[in-house]
Amino acid sequence: MSAGEKFVQLVICVAVFFGVVALILLVTSRLRSRSGERIQFAAFVLPAVLLIAVGLLYPAISTIITSFKDNTQTEFVGLDNYHTVFTDSQQLKVLRNTALWVALVPTLSTFIGLVYAVLVDRARMEKFAKALVFLPMAISLVGASIIWKFVYAYKDNENDQIGLANQVLKSLGFDTYNFLLNEPWNNLFLIVIMIWVQAGFAMTLLSASIKAIPEDIVEAARLDGVSGLKMFRYITVPSIRPSLIVVLTTISITTLKAFDIVRTATGGNFDTSVLAYEFYVQSFRSNNAGLGAALAVLIFVLVLPIVVYNVRQLRKLGA
Amino acid sequence: MRTRNTRRVAALAAAVLGAGLALASCADDDDGGGASGTWPGADKTECKDLEQLADFGDLSGKEVGVYTSIVAPEDQAQKDSYKLFTTCTGAKVKYEGSKEFEAQLPVRVQAGNPPDIAFVPQPGLLKTLVATGKVVEAPSQVSDNVDEFFGEDWRAYGSVDDKLYAAPLGANVKSFVWYSPSMFADNGWEVPETWDDMLALSDTIAASGIKPWCAGIESGEATGWPATDWLEDVLLRTAGPDVYDDWVSHDVPFNDPQIAEALDQVGGILKNDKYVNGGIGDVKSIATTAFQEGGLPILDGKCAMHRQAGFYAANWPEGTNVAEDGDVFAFYLPTVSEDFGRPVLGGGEFVTAFSDDTVVQALQTYLSTDVWANEKAKNTPGGGWVSANKGLQVENLVSPIDQLSGQILQDPDAVFRFDGSDQMPGEVGANSFWKEMTAWITGQSTADTLDHIESSWP
Repeated sequence: MSAGEKFVQLVICVAVFFGVVALILLVTSRLRSRSGERIQFAAFVLPAVLLIAVGLLYPAISTIITSFKDNTQTEFVGLDNYHTVFTDSQQLKVLRNTALWVALVPTLSTFIGLVYAVLVDRARMEKFAKALVFLPMAISLVGASIIWKFVYAYKDNENDQIGLANQVLKSLGFDTYNFLLNEPWNNLFLIVIMIWVQAGFAMTLLSASIKAIPEDIVEAARLDGVSGLKMFRYITVPSIRPSLIVVLTTISITTLKAFDIVRTATGGNFDTSVLAYEFYVQSFRSNNAGLGAALAVLIFVLVLPIVVYNVRQLRKLGA
Repeated sequence: MRTRNTRRVAALAAAVLGAGLALASCADDDDGGGASGTWPGADKTECKDLEQLADFGDLSGKEVGVYTSIVAPEDQAQKDSYKLFTTCTGAKVKYEGSKEFEAQLPVRVQAGNPPDIAFVPQPGLLKTLVATGKVVEAPSQVSDNVDEFFGEDWRAYGSVDDKLYAAPLGANVKSFVWYSPSMFADNGWEVPETWDDMLALSDTIAASGIKPWCAGIESGEATGWPATDWLEDVLLRTAGPDVYDDWVSHDVPFNDPQIAEALDQVGGILKNDKYVNGGIGDVKSIATTAFQEGGLPILDGKCAMHRQAGFYAANWPEGTNVAEDGDVFAFYLPTVSEDFGRPVLGGGEFVTAFSDDTVVQALQTYLSTDVWANEKAKNTPGGGWVSANKGLQVENLVSPIDQLSGQILQDPDAVFRFDGSDQMPGEVGANSFWKEMTAWITGQSTADTLDHIESSWP
């Protein structure tokens, strides 16, 4: 079947779906009684529930079941895959790296974004300064990784350098350094790439909410003699707390899903693999769907509390 | 107002439903069916060597999809070589190349949306695909062609349980050492004939102040594969083809002393600080140097030798003269002993079909003929392609390195073996073998490396 035919079928399917929904709504709109209202309610909710069941629940449950099976998906192996994730020396390194990413990326990017936003707030050239930090956001993670791979490129001291970072080292009289090779520091150099991209995101959101702090609060604080660091600590940060939480949680989730950087920069070699990348490797390269699914479930379990916390925070704000 | 609106909605819904049903009923494909009509190539001179395609009848208006890992710029030569097929059968070929081929193909097969034909570059992956039951056995015409034009070993790589599924397509020779003929001539160095000669030459070069060898094994997520080729090539020379076969099929364990000996032999070059990494850095820099760049220091005179497959020809910068009297050329990686003939390590792709439509079988047949092999050679003006097809005339190949590869592949004394990592299960051949060889380069011991790979064998 060609892409064109598939597209036509897709359009037909969507049209049929709309037709059916329209028909159901049409029929139920004739109902007037109390039970009729319930049916109406169901008619509105059911399509959404159905779509969620097919698009989210079914794959999730199927993944969880797969995670208890062996690599060929024929036999159940109980918790063996999870046992591997938490005992195999390679997988433990993956967990350590993921922990490193999740600990460093959200805190550092938010911190850098926040400090930068405060510093350039109402400064001259504010827009230009913000654009500088925001620009990396517009680059895809793969693009960013390739750029940084060039920055980190290594040749020894005797040869001409093609990597910016090593040329700087060489000009300053230091030995060149193979940034992507030496474990565990190479993880930090990969994390730098993510921070480079995410700091702009944090800065933009936080800068907007700093601007939204009511002028009278700032003025009142100033009259009370608050300034500088204290203003930052007692006025700015508490006032933008909701935005801070959103930024932190969003970046945390992005970081847990980090895949592109590791794949592009090192291919998971030199002990730099993280959960999301290892999940891909096990599922699609090693053909070990069981272990891959177990890693996917683990990512899901780790993301879940962050999402729950985020939703509860948003609800608190709404209430 | 309200009633009119609802009526309109109802009419619309009915119309949409009706149209959907009508369209869905006519969406059935009109593929399949036996041969019909006379083939369009009947009275064309260029088709007279392709008479076996006459069995498939007139295929005008039909289409066959091809899914491959061969992407731009090499894909153009592939597409051009199908023109004769279109002329002679009337069928069109829809070509789809993807860099994600190896990961995507199993997903597409699993999802029930396989391509008509896929060019699978790994016998290991072919086995996995055949196990899904979706691969269609090669038709008798293809089987006959493979018997006529290919050696038994090549037939075996495309077979599972003695049934031929996929005919070989292209091939490549990996047992090459790239060097600069002019650099060798200027210094009075000679192309070595034996392994010991090669080491002696390395010492001479090292004494002259440059590191003789350069290498790079970084290749994104496939980082490490050039190092696996090194081990395979050397194992063929130290332990011989029989041990090699047993090692690939895991009848000899991965951490067998014979494998360790071969790996240490590789280490004598790749992990020797005096020998590597010319023009780049220390031993460890091999791991972070892109394989495409691994041999380039030869052009600057900072490195003398680089072991890499014939297809490395494509990586020399534009304007480099790749010839025996040019800027760079390759010599055959010498043998360690006389016991095992002239082992050759190589690779290739296999034409795997997921459908038994007439038009699919016609293309499979076309691709397994000597006519196609020569057609492809003529349509590859830049060089960088060769096939193990015995009907391929070496003079049709354009570049000197392809001609050398073609001669090696057709040499009756050559003992050809397919790249071992491509035949091993994915867990090893596309994961732990790569990874552990990378770790080996960066300092892991031979014993640990082989033990780790052995323990990952499923």
